[in-house]
Amino acid sequence: MSEGILNQFLFIALPYVCLFTFFLMTIHRYRAQSFSYSSLSSQFLENKHHFWAVVPFHYGILAVTAGHLIAFLIPCSILAWNGHPLRLYILEVSALACGLLTLIGLVAIVIRRGTTTRIRKVTSPTDWILFAMLLVQTISGVAIAILHPWGSSWFATNMSPYLWSVFKLNPDISYVVAMPHLVKTHIILAFLTIGFFPFTRLVHLLVIPNPYLWRKTQVVRWYGQK
Amino acid sequence: MQVRSQISMVFHLDKCIGCHTCSVACKNIWTDRKGAEYMWWNNVETKPGTGFPTKWEDQEKYKGGFEKNAAGELEIKSTSKTKIVPNIFHNPHMPSMDDYYEPWTYDYQNLFNAKEGSDQPTAEPISMIDGKKIDVQSGPNWDDDLGGSPIYAENDPNLEGLTEEQRLQLSSVERLVFFYLPRICNHCLNPCCVASCPSGALYKRGEDGIVLIDQKKCRAWRSCVAACPYKKTYFNWFTGKSEKCILCFPRLETGQAPACFHSCVGRIRYLGVLLYDAEKLEEVAKLPDDELVEGQRDMILDPHDPEVIAEAMKNGVSEGVIEAAQNSPVYKFVIEWKIALPPHIEFRTLPMLFYVPPMSPVQASKVEDTITHNSENLFHDIDDSRVPMKFLANLFGAGHEGVVRYALAKQKAVRWHRRAETVGDIDRETADRMLREANCTREEAEAIYKLTALCKFEDRFVIPPMHREQAIEMMKEPHEHREEVGFGFVGAPRRGV
Repeated sequence: MSEGILNQFLFIALPYVCLFTFFLMTIHRYRAQSFSYSSLSSQFLENKHHFWAVVPFHYGILAVTAGHLIAFLIPCSILAWNGHPLRLYILEVSALACGLLTLIGLVAIVIRRGTTTRIRKVTSPTDWILFAMLLVQTISGVAIAILHPWGSSWFATNMSPYLWSVFKLNPDISYVVAMPHLVKTHIILAFLTIGFFPFTRLVHLLVIPNPYLWRKTQVVRWYGQK
Repeated sequence: MQVRSQISMVFHLDKCIGCHTCSVACKNIWTDRKGAEYMWWNNVETKPGTGFPTKWEDQEKYKGGFEKNAAGELEIKSTSKTKIVPNIFHNPHMPSMDDYYEPWTYDYQNLFNAKEGSDQPTAEPISMIDGKKIDVQSGPNWDDDLGGSPIYAENDPNLEGLTEEQRLQLSSVERLVFFYLPRICNHCLNPCCVASCPSGALYKRGEDGIVLIDQKKCRAWRSCVAACPYKKTYFNWFTGKSEKCILCFPRLETGQAPACFHSCVGRIRYLGVLLYDAEKLEEVAKLPDDELVEGQRDMILDPHDPEVIAEAMKNGVSEGVIEAAQNSPVYKFVIEWKIALPPHIEFRTLPMLFYVPPMSPVQASKVEDTITHNSENLFHDIDDSRVPMKFLANLFGAGHEGVVRYALAKQKAVRWHRRAETVGDIDRETADRMLREANCTREEAEAIYKLTALCKFEDRFVIPPMHREQAIEMMKEPHEHREEVGFGFVGAPRRGV
């Protein structure tokens, strides 16, 4: 019985609290403190190891996140793709490779921050909490990929319906309660990260520069133009 | 014709004494903050020298400015539009703090708290970033006055193209020479920093051409720092935002000269409006190197021409601004007299800060204990002067000597003319011949002399009415606006949330 309540708290209440916090606070922060939206790059302070830490991490996490998103949005197409074993292997191996890339990059980022005194000076407690969360999340993700293989298929059949049910405001947790603990940890931490997101430097990914490629070369602002 | 106005500057290098008063005035007002300690929106460099950041003119190293691609189109050298996407996480050409210097202070507390010992306690240098003791390796003006020095002057990128003999001369003690190059943001017509910003945070103000960074839109992608060939956008390591010279726009808007201009001891700085044709911008920025200086002059319009005035009015340039353009000292130096030149126009950003190249003494050589000068005219032989023409041409003429020789010849002629007038040891005929050769009339020489030597505050700074109230009027009645905002709310620049 108590486990039922705990499950309801972790997979229904927590996701809604986190998602609500995410939407409310990112918008509020953008409106009230747009100055604080910055990638807070540390390349200026340390440029020798920056490339080897930041680049693998970003490419890795972008690929992994995109993978999760695609499996969430078009589960049927993923299942159809996985219909052939060879295609399944290719997908699994590349997903694991991207996960490892993320992990290597993240570890390098943490080491770089921890060992360079200049950068430690501009690293806040929030940053350290965030790094810890991301580290656990990445390690659990890689562990899942190794210990519970064919994730691309079972994500499409089990996780995707759960996530859709959350977004349709009609949560159905029967899919997730049967999951191994490792997967449950990964899910809970994912929602916690989303809830923590607006209070961290992660907000920079919401302001990625999309009009740059299409805008005119020069920018001129006239009086009366906001 | 699309007429726009631009607040432009002239620095008269022949008058600069290298006192750094401008730098200190700027530092005290704008960059005396955490994260901005290392920034020098205004700095003064010794030339020949490596400058700040070290060797900023070397675009093989920094990849600043524009270049023409195979199709003849302008492309940002560091991160063009196609290159920005894969390089957004790590900018390949971003200078790091070590290219500038690590800001430091001194451990003064140690003078009071040191334990009793046999030595006097000292205040050792400590980093302003992590508070640790540092071994200071470089700093602002580290190469100040070190003309002729092997590790600084010899590495000046402008020495390219000089003969071995000329280089040797520059470092031999008897012929050693240096001059000063004060630098602020050039508020370019084709600013590379603006073009490179992925967020569109940088912009040029339409009414006066001042280039600014919107602090609320800057996301620290760092492209502007790499793109500016003059390295005049700086990254604030604490707030995670780029910053640059704002030409003291709050002072300009209230009719005051920018702090560095106002405080200039040598009175080398001039500020005024230029009207230019924005339609020609792209075409001029693509001209071959040797046509760039002339091309930029062609863009600048005559503020007395009725057609230009009509077009300017049609484009919303106010009468007050046109009047300021007509009295602009910058127009006289750049267009009428052609003795002020843009720095490194080959970077193709079309800088709107112009320099009057400096005169220098003639070369000398030492035989045993006697020093003999190569020319009788100690100060006036421009081809035998100690700063080689080619060096000045690399700085101010995109490598071509013609425009520099013209500017120096005219300055020389003005001196001979004044010498004939006041001292009288030069006959009038010789002075007139000198003027003719320099394409200068007596009236023009007098005008140059007056604006160079006798210039008052209001001659040097012709500040147009900025009409800042219009920025509010467009949206709202000013009184209503005032009642709503009071003094406004300005937050301190914090890092993150």
